[in-house]
Amino acid sequence: MEEILIHLGGGLAQAMEPLNFTMIILGCMLGLLIGAMPGLGSVNGVAILLPITFLVPPTAAIIFLAAIYYGAMYGGAISSITLGIPGASTAVATVFDGRPLAQAGHADRALTAAAVASFIGGTISVVLFTLFAPPLAAFALRFGPAEEFALMLLAFATFIGLGGDDIPKTVFSILIGLVLATVGLDIISGQPRLIFGDIDGFLHGINFLVLAIGIYGIGEMLWTLETTQGKVTVHKVKMSVSQMKRNLGDVKQYIGTTSLGSVLGYFVGTLPAAGATPASLMSYGLAKTFSKDPESFGKGNIAGVAAPEAANNAASTGSMLPMITLGIPGSPTTAILLGGMIIWGLRPGPLLFTENPEFVWGLIGSLYIANLATVIINIAFIPLFVKVLTCPFTILAPIIYILCVVGGYAPTQTMHDVWLMLLFGIVGYLLRKLNYPVAPAVLAIVLGPLAERSLRQSLLSSQGELSIFVTRPISATCIVIALALVFYPVYKKFSNKRAADMPAASG
Amino acid sequence: MKLVLESLKKAAIPAVVAAATTLGLSAPAMAEWSPKKPVELIIMAGAGGGADQIARLLQGLIETKKLSPRPIIPINKAGGSGAEALRYIQDKKGDDHTILVTLNSFYTTPVIQKGIGVDVSNFTPIGRMAVDNFLLWVNSEMTDITDLDSYVAAVKAAGTGWKVGGTGTGQEDSILTAMMEKEFGYDVTYIPFPGGGTVAKNLVGKHIDSTVNNPAEQSEFFRAGNTKPLVQFTAERLPAYPDVPTANELGVNMEYYMQRSINGPPGMSAEAQEWYINLFEQLFNSEEWQKFCVEDGLACDTYLSGDALGQYHQDQIALHKELIESVGASAITGE
Repeated sequence: MEEILIHLGGGLAQAMEPLNFTMIILGCMLGLLIGAMPGLGSVNGVAILLPITFLVPPTAAIIFLAAIYYGAMYGGAISSITLGIPGASTAVATVFDGRPLAQAGHADRALTAAAVASFIGGTISVVLFTLFAPPLAAFALRFGPAEEFALMLLAFATFIGLGGDDIPKTVFSILIGLVLATVGLDIISGQPRLIFGDIDGFLHGINFLVLAIGIYGIGEMLWTLETTQGKVTVHKVKMSVSQMKRNLGDVKQYIGTTSLGSVLGYFVGTLPAAGATPASLMSYGLAKTFSKDPESFGKGNIAGVAAPEAANNAASTGSMLPMITLGIPGSPTTAILLGGMIIWGLRPGPLLFTENPEFVWGLIGSLYIANLATVIINIAFIPLFVKVLTCPFTILAPIIYILCVVGGYAPTQTMHDVWLMLLFGIVGYLLRKLNYPVAPAVLAIVLGPLAERSLRQSLLSSQGELSIFVTRPISATCIVIALALVFYPVYKKFSNKRAADMPAASG
Repeated sequence: MKLVLESLKKAAIPAVVAAATTLGLSAPAMAEWSPKKPVELIIMAGAGGGADQIARLLQGLIETKKLSPRPIIPINKAGGSGAEALRYIQDKKGDDHTILVTLNSFYTTPVIQKGIGVDVSNFTPIGRMAVDNFLLWVNSEMTDITDLDSYVAAVKAAGTGWKVGGTGTGQEDSILTAMMEKEFGYDVTYIPFPGGGTVAKNLVGKHIDSTVNNPAEQSEFFRAGNTKPLVQFTAERLPAYPDVPTANELGVNMEYYMQRSINGPPGMSAEAQEWYINLFEQLFNSEEWQKFCVEDGLACDTYLSGDALGQYHQDQIALHKELIESVGASAITGE
């Protein structure tokens, strides 16, 4: 323990060196910008800026990139809340409640909650990282395909078991998402599936951002145009110190679920191949399950903004753990960081902690500082961000439309995806009119491929025996919790109904 | 001899003149070709694996040495054992701003997955950067297994309960696994993972029993004492693994290599091809690249480029077709 504190002290001192500190501030601000731009997530940001890091020493370089990663996690929330377009895949879950809050004139509250939650997530995860890196890395190793699949089931269960929603409609939405997730080349055999004859654009599968931007960006735009009938709507957003204080006071409402989501996010982040997007969706589901008022989720619950934001920051720290200790990236962004480390002559792996302690502790120290810097910068800019909403919707709509098209085109650079996105937008609008929840479909398209791969790997290794999922302790625990989550609301519904029927029957 | 030279000279003069005239006309254009926009460096495997590490190192070196006026952007297209990447390159016909870094699925995937309709012999060969090697790895905790014989005995005892992890079905790991199955007369269960890094992690975590990872994917775990190599499938012992016998030494005639090369889409312009050949030759000869090769157990002795690489690809395609036929495509795909 004492040793850790000495190392950490050294790391913090290193992070405060002028060059490193400048890198943190610069990285955070660039990250905010990159995260806020739809279609330009932390992956692209880090990839584009990687070359710049060759001009400075490795420690300063990784600090810079990590700060960008962090900043982008904060930044993604900005366009999710103000425009209803997810700025990055990690911020999709933030749209669920962030957008309704903004439309009700509470954008400042939502943005503050996002920033504060990101700070909580970042802090909890970096403390976990500091204290328990080696044991957690060992625990992550125990996660084989069977455990991964059980975890995915748990994630689906949190979405089905949501008290308020219509369960059949939720299941339907999940199934639609799962079908869309199977489009493209089969992960095990490599054969093309559901490519509608031979349409090239489907070979790479359906990019999840195309679905999310379509449903939330275009779908929302259509919905707002219909409900306002083109009337000029200006949201009055007043910002004052007392208002700011009240916004910060909201923290009481979400501190519990946010902390839980942070721990979950950190852990999901440490698993290779998962990353911040699944973490944020799972945390959202968790917050809704434990909420006293699950019905208000999706309609503007502040905890619904906080939970995914906390988890995506926590996961971004988490995904650095396998990168440093195993040399395996926990997310696409850390894959690029890993490449950087190899170029700087560092060999990530189980020995990095002992062989390059200054580098590792410098990075950990910088995460503390970056976290603090980003939350301050972010809150300071909130009055500026909410100004966007004072624009009449007739002006905002074309801007949103253009950003959606850019965001849909950017990940794969094919027009095919832009048409697909517009189609999803129209479908999303219709689903919303018919009162179908769309969030589960988004979840399914993210987790579907991960779940399918781990299911098939597990069954291959068990020679088709399903018992593999219950004979392994971690996997069995996850499955039991998942079943409980699914059946608890069903049970509650029936027992309520019986309670309601009872007096009628006796009377 | 003299006569030959004379006649060569005679033949060469008009050719040179002709070439000079064309050069004179197009020289400025040729000299000036360089990327006009960011270049996509497509990786036909997942993040963290051998191909991925190489691509990112090359990108970094290009940036530090300022060898390209436009950035090189690595993009992973791992789907379907590289089928996604191959199809993508094929569809980029005539594009001068997309290049591909390969592994051996470059040869095998089009043979095994005829449905994708890709013919890699039409691709534009640029340069071969390295030849990678294969070793057989098990978790260090398997104390009963100390050499190839005890390994084969253990696998035979376990039957299909023995789990070999590797990259996508039909990729080199599965081919080598099928070659071993045939040689030793056993059957294992092959489990594909998205990349070599994940395979390594699953071996350390004991979710699989053995792998045929490349040295780069295991070296750090080996240094940390998590895993151990039993045999190398090379002609000579690698300098990094002087104590590990080769299969040939043990009387098993089995060698297998993997090329790491850079290729362009079909119909890339000759000027662009030339520019990339020079670019990657500079990288190949760089101190950083050669150092990386030594550390990661790659062979980087000769830089094959252009037509010579094209010929090498032809030979390798024939070899892989033969290999796939001899073990049977179904042994590789597990269908």
